[in-house]
Amino acid sequence: MSLALRVLAPLVVGLLVLGGWEWGVRHYAVPPYILPGPMLIVRTLGQDWGTLAPSLLVTMRITFLALLVAATLGLLLAILFAQSRVIEMSLFPYAVVLQVTPIVAIAPLIIVWADDLTLALLICAWIVAFFPILSNTAQGLNSVDPNLRDLFRLYRASRWQVLWRLQLPSALPYFLAGLRISGGLSLIGAIVAEFVAGTGGASSGLASRILEAGYQLQIPRMFAALVLVSGFGILIFGALTLLSHLLLRRWHQP
Amino acid sequence: MGRPSGDLLALRGVSKRFPKGVAAVEDVSLDVAEGDFLALLGPSGCGKSTLLRMVAGLTGPSAGRLDWGRDASREIGFVFQEPTLMPWATALRNVALPLELAGVPHAEAGRRAREWLARVELSGFEEAYPRALSGGMRMRVSIARALVTRPRLLLMDEPFAALDEITRFRLNADLLKLWQEERFTAIFVTHSVFESVYLAERILVMTPRPGRIAAELRVPPEDRATPDFRTSAVYAAHCRAVSQALGGAMAA
Repeated sequence: MSLALRVLAPLVVGLLVLGGWEWGVRHYAVPPYILPGPMLIVRTLGQDWGTLAPSLLVTMRITFLALLVAATLGLLLAILFAQSRVIEMSLFPYAVVLQVTPIVAIAPLIIVWADDLTLALLICAWIVAFFPILSNTAQGLNSVDPNLRDLFRLYRASRWQVLWRLQLPSALPYFLAGLRISGGLSLIGAIVAEFVAGTGGASSGLASRILEAGYQLQIPRMFAALVLVSGFGILIFGALTLLSHLLLRRWHQP
Repeated sequence: MGRPSGDLLALRGVSKRFPKGVAAVEDVSLDVAEGDFLALLGPSGCGKSTLLRMVAGLTGPSAGRLDWGRDASREIGFVFQEPTLMPWATALRNVALPLELAGVPHAEAGRRAREWLARVELSGFEEAYPRALSGGMRMRVSIARALVTRPRLLLMDEPFAALDEITRFRLNADLLKLWQEERFTAIFVTHSVFESVYLAERILVMTPRPGRIAAELRVPPEDRATPDFRTSAVYAAHCRAVSQALGGAMAA
């Protein structure tokens, strides 16, 4: 399929949906506090940019920090797991426990325990984001071509050489796939944690703007904040896809 | 073509039995002299690869001994059935790998890898990644990597089995040329009668499951010196003899 079609087709669908939405809202005179039209949302986005932009920055900061910590710790833990089956067997179940516990359920506890709100949000977002990186990278480190492993053994490579020259490069595609999943998850984690914290009115991220607008029946502003959240999510995914493409294009198996 | 005397390696009653009781190799005794080109010929699953892996030290025998004449166990090159290259590294860095693992400085390793790429006729492909190379070229990189450390013993596990016949003929000829220049000892596993006769001075015919050595045939150097050896009557006669021995081994 040509690139033009791949860009054009979804664009046409998007424009049709937005057009239908705008037409429906006007034709049936839907009040903006029930469903604002796309034009109004865009206008609100412009008008409220002054309050929305700082909130977007707060959410971005938490998301990026969480992703960074998730990537670093996920990678380090995966390397640790690859060193010994015993370590892997003793720790992996707890990583699973963290992964399957709904973040909404533990976020209030974390917010109570952590002194600093930013730290609490960061921990929540990290819990949501780190598992795909850990499990993917751990799998990648263990899925080295057995013949290459034999080759390294034949040349009496040290454990460090095997890790650095064989296991880590082999795991790179797995790590990047995990990173792409975690990018979106760290945003979700950040937003969910803000929602939990926001009910106390303490946070200043996009989620608290959404809550606040909801209380005040400022539905267009709510939608505007939502557009920013989705747009940011798409941006993260796009950036990580590009990164992965750039790193793998030369050696990706045809 | 005088061969240096003195055994490089002696196998004595070597057997390999896998944990589930499957016997892969049984009671193989064999002397390998320096400079030998030896083919292990047999059907798929006859334990030839297992035997080769035991010589490489990648797996231990269940019974029997491998005695090295001098300590040559560290001077081994290995060519796998697949090229087994690192897809994330260029041809040059793939060839340089054994040197770098041994602590040879990056630049020096690169220089020697470049020489070996030239010797397998891949000059100009130093910076190419494996996925950009054809199957035959990847195998050449793999051979250069195995020889870059100047090993005393080169082990090859059906290296050309996956290639088309035309490419295989060329690689056979080039391998023979490298062997004549370098005089390493070679053990070559194959299931092709024609390939074994073309390459090897000593052809060991193995029985299927468990692998035992059924017969040893020789192709003397003076026969190999026949002009157009591959199409000569001498070649055909050797192939017939080896085929008959293989038939006998299969029936046993």
